[in-house]
Amino acid sequence: MNYHAIRAIYGFEMARMRRTVLQSVISPVISTSLYFIVFGAALGSRIDVIDGVSYGAFLVPGLTMLMLLTQSVSNAAFAIYFPNFVGTIYEILSAPVSYFEVVLGYVGAAATKSITLGTIILVTASLFVSFEIQHPFWMVFFLVATAVTFSLLGFIIGIWADGFEKLQLAPLLIITPLTFLGGSFYSIDMLPPFWQKVTLFNPVVYLISGFRWSFYGVADVSVVASLVMIVVFLAICLATIAWIFKTGYRLRT
Amino acid sequence: MALGWLPAIHFYRSVHAMKNLTMQRVRCTTATAPDSVAVAPSTAEPVVSVSGLNKTYDSGFTALKNIDLDIRHGEIFALLGPNGAGKTTLINIICGLSNASSGSVQVAGHDVKREFRQTRSRIGLVPQELATNTFERVLPEVSFSRRLFGKPPNPAHVEQILRQLSLWDKRDSQVRMLSGGMKRRLLIAKALAHEPEILFLDEPTAGVDVELRHDMWQLVSGLRDNGVTIILTTHYIEEAESMADRVGVILGGEIILVEDKDDLMDKLGAKRLTVQLLQPLARIPAALADYELELAEDGMALVYTYHPQRDATPVPRLLRRLEAAGVAFADLKTEQSSLEEIFVNLVGERR
Repeated sequence: MNYHAIRAIYGFEMARMRRTVLQSVISPVISTSLYFIVFGAALGSRIDVIDGVSYGAFLVPGLTMLMLLTQSVSNAAFAIYFPNFVGTIYEILSAPVSYFEVVLGYVGAAATKSITLGTIILVTASLFVSFEIQHPFWMVFFLVATAVTFSLLGFIIGIWADGFEKLQLAPLLIITPLTFLGGSFYSIDMLPPFWQKVTLFNPVVYLISGFRWSFYGVADVSVVASLVMIVVFLAICLATIAWIFKTGYRLRT
Repeated sequence: MALGWLPAIHFYRSVHAMKNLTMQRVRCTTATAPDSVAVAPSTAEPVVSVSGLNKTYDSGFTALKNIDLDIRHGEIFALLGPNGAGKTTLINIICGLSNASSGSVQVAGHDVKREFRQTRSRIGLVPQELATNTFERVLPEVSFSRRLFGKPPNPAHVEQILRQLSLWDKRDSQVRMLSGGMKRRLLIAKALAHEPEILFLDEPTAGVDVELRHDMWQLVSGLRDNGVTIILTTHYIEEAESMADRVGVILGGEIILVEDKDDLMDKLGAKRLTVQLLQPLARIPAALADYELELAEDGMALVYTYHPQRDATPVPRLLRRLEAAGVAFADLKTEQSSLEEIFVNLVGERR
């Protein structure tokens, strides 16, 4: 293992985050706060208690997940897209590093960023609403597993994208709708029966449900299903990355 | 891989020692490196060995055709050729940026694909494009490169490189604030940060002013004196002339010539004298048989090829001999055979 290289890539990416702290940390925190003010405080007071949890508290896991998913994807996508775009990727490709080490550096940094962000959002949320965490271990597990999985997905998108448009498009057209429709703001019980079935095809439902379960002990779908889904997701992303590196897709011509 | 780079340092030193030996024209046939079996091949073995290399891109374009090339320890090898000849593709395959379609590349006895850690940690690459992280600062950039190649941080070494390249004063500057020449030097600093044994310079002086070009060549010759093998591509023939030990010419994806520079210079230095005659000759007079003369088809001109390096004043002597032989001439013309002509001749021969 080339530990120096892993640490170099990881450190490089973390330094980039510190440099762009406004964009990487503050703006997601501000938008989350706005969600809380609008949906939690203003509209939430008119919405009934869901599954024995106040609407404001109900929003916390969903909003955290929303930020976690979008930030993981965009951070990791940008991290690998940019060097590929400006050409500095030559150095990574000519270095004595294995694919695994490259992924560990980039995805590790992207996941660290979104985990930090998720934590900051939870702390911010505690300023607006009071909530509990019934299963702290599983809360951390879902937080970390989701951050890692979607950073891997972001990494794949960053390699696949051959223009800034595609780089923006994938999160905007796929991740955001899936998260919004995945029960960030509502329990899927509130949907008409037909849409309850349809929504089960949305993988994000399982992540949000599992995450929310770790807070309040109530879930839309079974926790086991949530765990299985996240593992399946992780496996798909890892397999895709293995294929990318094996074939050199978009990286080694 | 913590131990991986240790033998490499021994190897580095031993190469240096060997270089000194070869400079004294002593043939070293056995390896003197401590880890001779695993790490250091003898000087007789090439440091980079390319055999039967082919590269065809997905688009169907064949960039390299059956390349065989050996680079010797400690030499400066210039790869010449026009744009699109395949120089960069060849370098990219050796350095790991590109995959070969077939054939093999070995660096210090290791396969570049299977044993990429051993090969890539020995190589430093300065790419043709000025690809830089615009928002990073100079010093962290160079330190990053060193660690990326698996070496522990070494601020003293990084400082030394930056000073050598006159970048130390700019160490805290953002890369985007650097001039083009400074960016080029930064790329060289990054390539040298991990103390490579082999340095690839892809068009290092493209768009670089004369003074900087001179500094760069001084640096390169300094590296060579420290035992670093240098492979550079260029389409400026003067660069190859002034620096290289050996020259390879690549054209249309094929290596058409690999030669010692001095031998090539001999060819380069060839001049041609054309003597326009007043009366046509049927054949070259017997009195001039000891000269390498050719008679033009219409018999109205004699063409004499000579090498100024070997013979200082052949022209006046030839002219006196012509007069003595009774050959009257109207005019004279001399031409220097250019590298381009050599290229064209070589290509013509191959077709």
